[in-house]
Amino acid sequence: MANELVAGVFDSEETILAAARAARRAGLPMHDAYTPFAVHGLDRELGLEPSPLGAVCFRFGAAGLVLTLGFQYWASTFDWPMNIGGKSFNASPALVPVAFELTVLCAGIGMVLWFLAKRGLSPLKKPALEALGGVDDRFVLALRRETGGPTGQELRRFLEAQGARDVIDVEAE
Amino acid sequence: MAHALSSLRRPLIGGDKSYSQVTEDICAPLGRRPTRAWYAALAVSVTALLIGAVAVTDQIWTGIGTWGLNKTVGWAFDITNFVFWVGIGHAGTLISAVLFLFRQRWRTSVNRSAEAMTIFAVMCAGVFPLIHMGRPWLAYWVLPYPNPMGPLWVNFRSPLLWDVFAISTYFTVSLVFWYMGLLPDLAVVARRAEGLRKRLFASLSLGWDGSQRTWLHYEKLYLLLAGLATPLVFSVHTIVSFDFATSVIPGWHSTIFPPYFVCGAIFSGFAMVMTLMIIARKVMAFEDYITLAHIDAMCKITLLTSLIVALAYGTEFFMAWYSGNPYERFAFLNRCFGPYRYFFMGMMLCNVAVPQLLWSRRVRTTPGAVFAVSLLINVGMWLERFVIITISLHRDYLTSSWTMYRPTYIEVCTLIGSFGLFLTLFLLFCRFLPMIAISEVKGVLHYARERAGAPHGQ
Repeated sequence: MANELVAGVFDSEETILAAARAARRAGLPMHDAYTPFAVHGLDRELGLEPSPLGAVCFRFGAAGLVLTLGFQYWASTFDWPMNIGGKSFNASPALVPVAFELTVLCAGIGMVLWFLAKRGLSPLKKPALEALGGVDDRFVLALRRETGGPTGQELRRFLEAQGARDVIDVEAE
Repeated sequence: MAHALSSLRRPLIGGDKSYSQVTEDICAPLGRRPTRAWYAALAVSVTALLIGAVAVTDQIWTGIGTWGLNKTVGWAFDITNFVFWVGIGHAGTLISAVLFLFRQRWRTSVNRSAEAMTIFAVMCAGVFPLIHMGRPWLAYWVLPYPNPMGPLWVNFRSPLLWDVFAISTYFTVSLVFWYMGLLPDLAVVARRAEGLRKRLFASLSLGWDGSQRTWLHYEKLYLLLAGLATPLVFSVHTIVSFDFATSVIPGWHSTIFPPYFVCGAIFSGFAMVMTLMIIARKVMAFEDYITLAHIDAMCKITLLTSLIVALAYGTEFFMAWYSGNPYERFAFLNRCFGPYRYFFMGMMLCNVAVPQLLWSRRVRTTPGAVFAVSLLINVGMWLERFVIITISLHRDYLTSSWTMYRPTYIEVCTLIGSFGLFLTLFLLFCRFLPMIAISEVKGVLHYARERAGAPHGQ
């Protein structure tokens, strides 16, 4: 019973933004918000850290670059040098296209896999608060009821005062 | 409820729609029975696909001796089709990635289907080198995998190998980009669907629930993928052009090829996007989403790329003369006045002359006229690749080996088959997946519409 959610269903991005701002000012514990598109600014109101994906992308890309450059150099210079028209085995400009392509491939795929793993997205995942329509046309702000914090009734009254069309109690997963 | 319109900007989406109405409009074709026109179109495309399948089977069974190639012209129809299809794909990435980075918000209505086109076009392109290998079941030999022959590695200094990596990376990244973009919309479709379809879409949407934590990473992911896809799309056609530019054939050996090919690719790709979009907006009743302003904007990009391509044609001729190289000069005189001159004239007409019509606003906002122009550009860009490839080869340094090339019916049937494959996949896509990015459209729904703070979606 300690962790229960009170979800307010809003009709527009402006109202949910205002509600989240008010909740942050009032110091209410916010669980998450579910929206049909990314509502800019809502992440800040929820107090979310910026995504580290940029660094992830760079690392995967750098790994791809080093590995492919190294492999091409090793394969065409040391492991099996092929004499093609007397051209030098380690002609570095010729290694650029493949190295570039695989840098992009590693960065892209690595980043996507990191994202899926980080958010636990998989074919078996059950979407949270699906019935409230947060993916379609509603904007759902889920507040958390914590022991010692505001009661469910208070949270409910807060959300209603912010203009929520519906307020629903949900068991947290 | 009435929205005041901004005096500075025009709304991106026509009509005055609520969020649920957007979902309703875009998902409508998925729920109802397909129209007769859709079945007719599918019948034609599947027939074309089957013709191609028979032709490909024959080529693999008999060998590529079934083609019209000869000792002098060793590359012709097959690689023409390959370059043509790779080029078609470029507009999709340009719309989805480059326009995203430039914050061109009108792209949201067309990016989904343009990206789908990219994927289908690259699939069509991939078929041609596979057939040309003669033994496609050994296609994995192009990959550097540990093998018992030494191990014998591939030649990393060959542009043909660069092509392998460029095309497969391009295909993979485009597919991932497209699928990631689809995730929020698949969840919307799953919500509306029932039974097996609901389960299928729910698992395909990977449990998407619109959580703000997911959106936070997602937006960054999308931006970074766009940032990666942008240099990728330029690299792909650059590398395709290296297939020619690194050789010593007059008409091919040229440093202008990479930008020239990339621009031509975007030019032909936009023409194909417009060809399909103009039909789709009519048939699927998406006129409020793919508006005349969208067509107008795409026409402007087409016109710009047409001018760049025209400049490249001119530069090639100037350099042929200025270089003082007799072989180079001859190659270009032969291009204009040789036995294949009608191909050259057709190319100039379709790629340089016809697109000038797009200077007129009346033409740009008349879908029928734009459709006709875009079809001609498609033809013109196919001719361009044929002109560059075949005409440069058929009269080379040795007069004694001059010859003519004529495609056999098998090659023509393969080209027809590739159109069949492309259109079949596109029609299935229109039927089973949301053709317009629902979540992105919702994000720009209120663009340039002042809102009086009224609650929405009633």
